[in-house]
Amino acid sequence: MAKQPKDKNQEPETTGHEWDGIQEYNNPLPRWWVWIFYATIIWGIWYTIAYPAWPMIQDATSGYKGWSTRANVEQAIQEHEAANAEINEKLTSVELASISEDPELMAYSRSAGEAVFETWCAQCHGSGAAGAKGYPNLLDNAWLWGGSMEAIHTTVKHGIRNEEDPDARYSQMPAFGDILDEQQIDQVVNYVMSMSGEPRDAEAAAAGEEVFVNNCAACHMEDGTGDQFQGAPNLTDAIWLYGGDYETLTETVTNSRFGVMPPWDERLSDAEIRAVSAYVHQLGGGQ
Amino acid sequence: MANYLKLIVLGVITLLALIAANYARDLAYLVNALTVAAAAGIAFLWVLRHTDEPVMPAPETQYMDGVVRAGVIATALWGVVGFLAGTFIAFQLAFPELNFEWAQGYMNFGRLRPLHTSAVIFAFGGNALIATSFYVVQRTSAARLWGGNLGWFVFWGYQLVIVLAATGYLLGATQSREYAEPEWYVDWWLTIVWVAYLAVFLGTIVKRKERHIYVANWFYLSFIITVAMLHIVNNLSIPVSIFGSKSVALFAGVQDAMTQWWYGHNAVGFFLTAGFLGMMYYFVPKQAERPVYSYKLSIIHFWALIFIYIWAGPHHLHYTALPDWASTLGMVFSVVLWMPSWGGMINGLMTLSGAWDKLRTDPVIRMMVISVGFYGMSTFEGPMMSIRAVNSLSHYTDWTIGHVHSGALGWNGMITFGALYFLVPRLWNRERLYSIRMVSWHFWLATIGIVLYAAAMWVTGIMEGLMWREVDANGFLVNSFADTVAAKFPMYVVRGLGGVLYLAGAIIMCYNLYMTVRRNPAVESSHSAVPAE
Repeated sequence: MAKQPKDKNQEPETTGHEWDGIQEYNNPLPRWWVWIFYATIIWGIWYTIAYPAWPMIQDATSGYKGWSTRANVEQAIQEHEAANAEINEKLTSVELASISEDPELMAYSRSAGEAVFETWCAQCHGSGAAGAKGYPNLLDNAWLWGGSMEAIHTTVKHGIRNEEDPDARYSQMPAFGDILDEQQIDQVVNYVMSMSGEPRDAEAAAAGEEVFVNNCAACHMEDGTGDQFQGAPNLTDAIWLYGGDYETLTETVTNSRFGVMPPWDERLSDAEIRAVSAYVHQLGGGQ
Repeated sequence: MANYLKLIVLGVITLLALIAANYARDLAYLVNALTVAAAAGIAFLWVLRHTDEPVMPAPETQYMDGVVRAGVIATALWGVVGFLAGTFIAFQLAFPELNFEWAQGYMNFGRLRPLHTSAVIFAFGGNALIATSFYVVQRTSAARLWGGNLGWFVFWGYQLVIVLAATGYLLGATQSREYAEPEWYVDWWLTIVWVAYLAVFLGTIVKRKERHIYVANWFYLSFIITVAMLHIVNNLSIPVSIFGSKSVALFAGVQDAMTQWWYGHNAVGFFLTAGFLGMMYYFVPKQAERPVYSYKLSIIHFWALIFIYIWAGPHHLHYTALPDWASTLGMVFSVVLWMPSWGGMINGLMTLSGAWDKLRTDPVIRMMVISVGFYGMSTFEGPMMSIRAVNSLSHYTDWTIGHVHSGALGWNGMITFGALYFLVPRLWNRERLYSIRMVSWHFWLATIGIVLYAAAMWVTGIMEGLMWREVDANGFLVNSFADTVAAKFPMYVVRGLGGVLYLAGAIIMCYNLYMTVRRNPAVESSHSAVPAE
């Protein structure tokens, strides 16, 4: 590498060192750089006086502004709760069924209930409440345990088939793989399929009626319309929680299903449970 | 005689590794033990074949460039691997179906993400730092690398660290410490390799024939020493069994988090900033053929940078269990760090003043300029994001990922590409690069790729930050988490496309460098170690 020609008329001075052809100019520090550096240092000193900063033996300096993240959060929560205290009081004191008749309570429930839903319920039921396989769609008017305000409220509060809450809704379909033989299961599955559409095998479906009446009708009713007291689904409406095809129904009949929902009264306040119940009720399927 | 000692040590290591493989309690440990046995076995055979050969004394007047050549090849190849992994996981985020069912537990996002970060930071960046530091310290000290074949031990030992870490991640061995995921035995091995690296580097500086130590070497040295300290402290852990990969960290709770982010932040500060500033201080003045702008600035900003950087880690833990006072100090040191960081940018850019015309004709210079530009932008953005009020919006969002990548792709990537284009013709005694047009293509692909990436992440990061905090008139949150994920989809596709462009540029570079070595006629060697003065 050729050495740089040193023309002192044009170039600033170098330090006189050279490494592998690299020289260094002896330029001063840019003034703006120095001043901004000083300014950040002075700002930093002020900031550490104003805010909690320097660790001492027992505790740290707390700063003259008295600022604290934990105090800020507590204050924000208190302000939020105070602002809504009155309407929360009203929401928890009225009859459940009358909430939907009060426009003020409904407006509040739509916003508070949606926030609860999207935080706690959306993981299973979807952020739009349309459900997924094994998790009911809450937008339609097909209800496993009832779609009235009271029924929805009870479901949210105590949950379904959980072990935490003795008041949880409970029922269990037997695993018919232990009770029926394979031919009978094939017949009853075909019969169930014929209730809401076409069976895969019309002959088997006809034979399945007897199996159904003897084994299934106690809960699902003889006409297959189900029973909300037992959470037994309506089999005639072509709405399926796990799927209505032959393979899925065979699996459901053979092994049964056991969908669980947690109780929410341990985690949510009364007002929050009422708000989210009203929110779900007004989504479209409330009865 | 030394060879017989080496044979004994390598034989014992092979045997112990095979015993460890026999008693292995998990798959990752088993595969790693077999890898170590294979590596030690190959080294054993290599030493055996060269034993009792006449020993040629190392030519003290010649630079040791073989290890630098190997490092250049490793840098380019690991770079492509790391960029490919990054592009793939970017598309996994946009299209979750790419987390294939058949590859669950090996190739899902969670396993590949540390593979990507380690490949780009430690395999690509680490090899670039080791190779360039070996090149620069020899040239600027006018001395052959100290320690004979110890330089080769550092190179191969470091590649073993990378292979052990990468296979371990895929098989589920991780400490779950970001950027320090490798398990205990890999950490121990890296410590040995790193001490050897320090010895080679420091030994060369000690026997230098120049009177002063060049500024690039201050930065390299601070990087090597500080990374050693960070690595050891953050990886203090107790193995559950010497025959298993799992270990338990020595710290717990918020102390553990603070140790991790003291490490994590200074991995950025000393690995990706100080080390790469060392590269910048050599390759920018060399390529521009201009003196460094200001010696004073280089001294002041060096000491300010290394003194202040080490305290800035707590800004990664704003609004967490970390006490407010620690968070304040992290923020203040980060803001004060702004000007010391910019000292490097000023020195880099001002060194080019008087050579601006080269921007038109030399795409390598263009790469270096944009690299220093991205450095300046990231080191402004970083202090800004460390301010608590800004951080309350930016934290946990994609803005952070955008920030990291404007620094990593823009600054670290571009300066490394510039250094590789500088080094290959000189290391292989070629007259010039195979194709300048290809360098230009690489420059534009990489630049547009970075812009797509960073812009997409700024948009989506700020959007999701605003969506998370959006409340209605009653003070209730409006969006669910899934709403923010759905809203980010288009930007995730743009980000992936940015990655494709960046990767394409790197592949073009590899082809160009390969053809440079293969096609161009050789010129006469100029590798003798002669003091410049």
